[in-house]
Amino acid sequence: MAKFSKKPQDLIADIDYSKTPQTEWMDTPVEFKEHTFCWGAKGKNLEVVGFPNARDWSPTEEDWKLPQDWENIVMEGIKDRLSKYRSFKLFMDICVRCGACADKCHFYIGSGDPKNMPVLRAELFRSIYRRYFTAPGRVFGRLAGARELTLQVLKEWWYYFYQCTECRRCSVFCPYGIDTAEITMMVRELTNLLGLNTDWISGPVANCYMKGNHLGLEPHTIKSSVEFFLDDIETITGIRIEPTFNRKGAEVLFVTPSGDLFADPGTYTAMGYLMLFHEIGLDYTWSTYASEGGNFGFFTSNEMAKRLNAKIYAEAKRLGVKWILGGECGHMWRVLNQYMDTWNGPADFLEVPKSPITGTVFENAKTTKMIHITEFTADLIRNNKIKLDPSRNDNLIVTYHDSCNTARGMGLLEEPRYIIRHVCNHFYEMPEDTIREKTFCCGSGTGLNAGENMELRMRGGLPRAMAVKHVKEKHGVNMLANVCAIDRATLSALMDYYNKGVRVTGVHEMVGNALVMKGEKPRETNLRAEPLPGKEEA
Amino acid sequence: MPTIEFQGKQLEVDEDGYLVNLDDWQPDLATQLASGDGLTLTENHWEVINFLRDYYQKYQIAPMIKILVKEIGKVMGPEKGNTKYLYELFPDGPAKQACRYAGLPKPTGCV
Repeated sequence: MAKFSKKPQDLIADIDYSKTPQTEWMDTPVEFKEHTFCWGAKGKNLEVVGFPNARDWSPTEEDWKLPQDWENIVMEGIKDRLSKYRSFKLFMDICVRCGACADKCHFYIGSGDPKNMPVLRAELFRSIYRRYFTAPGRVFGRLAGARELTLQVLKEWWYYFYQCTECRRCSVFCPYGIDTAEITMMVRELTNLLGLNTDWISGPVANCYMKGNHLGLEPHTIKSSVEFFLDDIETITGIRIEPTFNRKGAEVLFVTPSGDLFADPGTYTAMGYLMLFHEIGLDYTWSTYASEGGNFGFFTSNEMAKRLNAKIYAEAKRLGVKWILGGECGHMWRVLNQYMDTWNGPADFLEVPKSPITGTVFENAKTTKMIHITEFTADLIRNNKIKLDPSRNDNLIVTYHDSCNTARGMGLLEEPRYIIRHVCNHFYEMPEDTIREKTFCCGSGTGLNAGENMELRMRGGLPRAMAVKHVKEKHGVNMLANVCAIDRATLSALMDYYNKGVRVTGVHEMVGNALVMKGEKPRETNLRAEPLPGKEEA
Repeated sequence: MPTIEFQGKQLEVDEDGYLVNLDDWQPDLATQLASGDGLTLTENHWEVINFLRDYYQKYQIAPMIKILVKEIGKVMGPEKGNTKYLYELFPDGPAKQACRYAGLPKPTGCV
């Protein structure tokens, strides 16, 4: 496949919202367009976790190497899920197709493809639900919006349900409160019954299952990465930090996405965590077992997500910590906040998180026993427990991208902003319809952050990029802050594509820069080893 | 699974051209892959490729870019310890292109 080389202006010129399709949607076959889908899963990665129909497969080949009775497997799968999840059944029945969601999806806005309207994406599945699970659909067929399950339908599902990032922006606008992400999750579960996942998702799942994290970092690799950060921190601050790993009896277990330990700019965020914890003298430990906050299992099935998530509580119990602190990640927090305690809890061996520095008890985490690092740090700042020099970030003109999952999945809206306002002097919000609970996705969530689907990513990221462009032109914004590892990786590519010159940072990288540490030498550079404002050579 | 021909044998690669079986790798393969991209490998390229392979042996993953940058700076002089220099050597990016020549798998996850 040729490298993706479409220019932004050409990509935008392709979008035509007013074009009426030539044929009705049921008669419009799915077309697999280059650079808009991911490679198929590898058999070895499916086998490791015991997923069915483990074999190498490719979505571009005619033969998907499906099990002989795949239609039955799908039918049984639907039946099972309808009886297990009442929300799923409800969401199938109550949609009135009002279309309020239609233009709220970043993939629709970026592609103009009607099947990316959340209502029609869901209809791709609902039509099958009606045909086989409702009386009107059985009797009246197409008149009642029903159709037969065919191989074409399955391929259409696969193409479009792996073009939804489960961001849940459409749900904010649905008058019935239908959570389209749950529909996507269910259809993705069905595709997993047939071994139809992607390489980019199933690889990290297999790694996480075997080694504890998506990247497959082994214990000595994790340690060596952290030590590398410590060397850099020592160069910058003159302070040698000595964190601990797998230490029994620590008060707090710290869990963060493994991307923070591997890929820039997440690595600078990890340096920020290390510096902050050292400065306040937090009694905490890293774990090389529970070494992943994220959960790509969540993009395959509930059961797989639960299996991968189990190690967090298990490790907290083994180490005998009091509570758990989590790093900057997006979908990790949807899982932790909405699923973890019912899947793998109750964590009654832990205590309600209480900051040992301020005494604040985080009642909001009473059941999960795990809090987000921005909650923890915002509380430190509010109680004047850390000294900050925001002028060290004076070269930055910052805006903040709410991660879909922290914003809509746990209501974390104020804490990151509160921190940003204290660690830098130039902060501007993007337009109100593009932030907070109405935030636009980075375009690459739910494991769509691969390389081969770059056009899809750039289309899905278009609304976010345009909102950044707006504040770049109006206020000169040059730094896009966020609290998510997928954001840090994917927004960098998005900014390079649409808004050259805008860089991407985690919130705790800015904290690390602004943090005035006891006994530090005068700082000359920031965590990226670039001269601080005013320290540039003449 | 796609394959590439090397010294009369078919080697399995993934869709992006990364070697599936790491034991299939030989120095001549790196040369062949590079010439496919119109690149001639110099001693400077080999410095990077060899470091990647050694690191992988030890850690089972490609190094972070900044580890690579620091190491190259140490070995080849501080003026070469930067990403710009690495991109001059490997225009498609040291993480992707150099790892492919070195026979390492591509990292996946939140990266």
